[in-house]
Amino acid sequence: MSNAVKIKDAVKLYGKSMVLKGVSLDIKEGEFFTLLGPSGCGKSTLLRMIAGFNSIEGGEFYFGDTLINSVPAHKRDIGMVFQNYAIFPHMTVEENVAYGLKARKVPKKEIEERVKTALELVQIERWAKRKPNELSGGQQQRVALARAFVIEPAVLLMDEPLSNLDAKLRVQMRTIIKKLQQSLGITTIYVTHDQEEALAVSDRIAVMNSGEIMQVGTPEEIYSKPQNPFVANFIGVSNFIDCDVDENGVLNVKNELKLEIPMKKKYAGKAILSARPEQISFGEGGMPATVKFATYLGDRTEYEVELSDGQSIIMSEYVKENGSIKNAGDKVFVSFDVNRVSLYESESQEVLSC
Amino acid sequence: MLKKKQSSTPFYMDCWFWVKLIVFIIFALFLVWPFSSMITNAFETGNVSGFTLDNFRKFFEKKYYYSALWNSIIISIVPTLFSVIIGVPMAYFMTRFNVIGKKLWHVITILSLMSSPFLGAYAWIMLFGRSGSITEFFANYGITMPTIYGFGGVSIVLTLKLFPYVYMYTSGAMESIDVSLEENAENLGSGKLRRFFTITLPVVTPSVTAGALVVFMSALADFGTPMLLGGQDFRTLPVLIYNEWLGEIGGNGNLASAISIIIVLITLLVLIIQKNFVSKKNYIMSSMRPPQEKKLKGIKRILVTIPVAIVCLVAFLPQVVVIVSSFEKTNYSSFIGGFTFDNYSKLGSRLWTALQNTFVFSTVAMIFIVLIGVLMSYVIVRRKGKTGGILDLLLMAPYVIPGSVLGLCYIVTFNVKPLILTGTGTIIIISYVIRKLPYTVRSASAFLLQTDPSVEEASINLGVSPIKSFGKITARIMLPGVFSGAILSWVTCINELSCSIMLSSGKNNTLTIAAYTDIVRNSIGSGAALSTILTVTSAVILLICLKVSKGKIKV
Repeated sequence: MSNAVKIKDAVKLYGKSMVLKGVSLDIKEGEFFTLLGPSGCGKSTLLRMIAGFNSIEGGEFYFGDTLINSVPAHKRDIGMVFQNYAIFPHMTVEENVAYGLKARKVPKKEIEERVKTALELVQIERWAKRKPNELSGGQQQRVALARAFVIEPAVLLMDEPLSNLDAKLRVQMRTIIKKLQQSLGITTIYVTHDQEEALAVSDRIAVMNSGEIMQVGTPEEIYSKPQNPFVANFIGVSNFIDCDVDENGVLNVKNELKLEIPMKKKYAGKAILSARPEQISFGEGGMPATVKFATYLGDRTEYEVELSDGQSIIMSEYVKENGSIKNAGDKVFVSFDVNRVSLYESESQEVLSC
Repeated sequence: MLKKKQSSTPFYMDCWFWVKLIVFIIFALFLVWPFSSMITNAFETGNVSGFTLDNFRKFFEKKYYYSALWNSIIISIVPTLFSVIIGVPMAYFMTRFNVIGKKLWHVITILSLMSSPFLGAYAWIMLFGRSGSITEFFANYGITMPTIYGFGGVSIVLTLKLFPYVYMYTSGAMESIDVSLEENAENLGSGKLRRFFTITLPVVTPSVTAGALVVFMSALADFGTPMLLGGQDFRTLPVLIYNEWLGEIGGNGNLASAISIIIVLITLLVLIIQKNFVSKKNYIMSSMRPPQEKKLKGIKRILVTIPVAIVCLVAFLPQVVVIVSSFEKTNYSSFIGGFTFDNYSKLGSRLWTALQNTFVFSTVAMIFIVLIGVLMSYVIVRRKGKTGGILDLLLMAPYVIPGSVLGLCYIVTFNVKPLILTGTGTIIIISYVIRKLPYTVRSASAFLLQTDPSVEEASINLGVSPIKSFGKITARIMLPGVFSGAILSWVTCINELSCSIMLSSGKNNTLTIAAYTDIVRNSIGSGAALSTILTVTSAVILLICLKVSKGKIKV
């Protein structure tokens, strides 16, 4: 039976430093939920608290309606995939996968069948009799995966499972993981620092920074409506431009451009405009700028342009017709897509745009 | 099932707390307490009550005593130097060239290293002693051989027994050196010899000094060799300790304790010098390309083989001499030639007592060493905390404290209430455990260090309790390391002399003690027979161990 996971005000202390500062999450049953953040943000720490390998200094952890704070790790009914696979080196692939089932006293016949199915699901049935040291990193990762889900755990935890694989294998494996999770419907909590990976596999993502949750949302929400400059900067590329909002809600960008951006509430004062490269375009009526550098990428061209006050911004433009690429030194005008850019209060960093 | 909200301390810490506690109690009871009793004892005398430096004054006033200090230092330094001179080139030849019979030489060095401490001395006496076969052979032609007794003989015997330490430590380092370093030097125009001295040697220096340190400490602590070969005039500190306590001159335990402190101070000093020297020039090698063995042909191949063969054969000579002579007929105290089994059959019940004691003591000790060693290496590697460091330090103690000193500590402590253990087999077993535990802890730790902690966590989260996970996964992974550590400690236990001879009372005699006593009493036939049993047993066990561990034995 898969479970919802609820975390209320989780606190983690290492000595006197607070590594998690009251984190709350509500993870739905069967959801693929990702904890995303830079290294040291506390995401792995939180995962290990859920697994029962880290002590809990404050807060409540629920699987379904059950408080699990004082349940020992081996009774939590969790499947976990570790960063370095943690395959048992002295057992064959088969024995590794059967290990959790044996511990659960599943009848022998059933163990055989379930191990076989699991190995087929991750496409390693050919290597069932091999020892781990005869397997490649990708194959070992599949063993780790099979070993974790074959027990049909209440919750599946994955701690940066793909970070030791090469780029191509990483993309391949994340598709396997995603499909597997969808077909099995096990609540999955996935930790990664790779934003692309997070966007690709998750139903929802929690972006974390210095022990706090910065934003929780679907991949699309996280990318298109970042709730603060940290998220805007961490996910994808964003240009930040200081500006002022006047009494009428009109944005004044460096006294060279006036924009009207749809806002949630009335605000006047200093603000930060956040625009992604694809939300900026060339066009008359924009801000004057100079092209500094152009990188041709086939389907689009990426430009570094310098605004008149010297700030550099990154923008990209899809190649519409041949010969339209601009060169370094070209004088241009840049404008912003007001419906897609984000706006934040300078002081509180709270989001203003809808 | 679930209680109210509580901060959950890691549940599986509890059992490890008890493990730590038990290990600490063992060390406190059988190392710290005896050692501190010995220290107190050194500052007391039978005549004066309270604190006194009389024992040390006596030591430094009488030539009989302070000359032993000087003797001990030179018979430690000289074999150390010669071990480096022999061990380093041999390591270079063995790792770089296709020496003929490489495996055989390797096995021989291990066998001679693990042989009984007095075996070398005994064999050399049989060859070059006053009535040794070679001495007598030359005497027939009117040639007088230089004496084997005293400083020279002790140094030769110790060098031949201990140089394998330098060889093994150095060859380990040479195998893991990155060839690109040497190739670089060659590119930069260094000749072969120059390359060896400017690149290869400096890089392996930490390992050479580590090996040299072990040689120094073993030579300093050696009791059997100077006892047999030193004669009346050449005494070393361990011999003095034994004589002072048990000798017929009328023992003085307080003085023996004072001598023990001096010997421990010397080892500590040397250890500190070596640590500072090494830690300052520690090159971390990430060997991407370990060096390939160079295939020499014809005369060149023979030329690199000859020195290795000579060294190994001379080092192995004692064992051969002892085995051969054990089948020779004897006439009181000399061999008269001719084949016989008499030396064995005459042993009778003495042999069985000694065999039984040896095997029971060593095996019981090995069981405890394995149990404590596995738990201890786990605690040191995985649950270090504040106390793990202290455990690490306590483990060093047996390296620093010579066997005879530990023996004395036990006598001083366990001869009186509340815990009287002297004269029992128990105290011999305890001394084995304390002295040989580090072998197993270190080799088990090596395996543990290579394994990520998450392997054990993976087992726990699959539903196996922490204790069972330790048994099914971690202990299983440590097994090869534990196995070779246990075998080595078993072999060194059956060959142990310096400590057990202090602790044994007649009925607890082991094979080594029986053999040694016979040799001292000039009952050479039975001495040779007992030594042969020891040597052959050790060799067989070591060969099995080498076979199982595919030649990877760490000493």
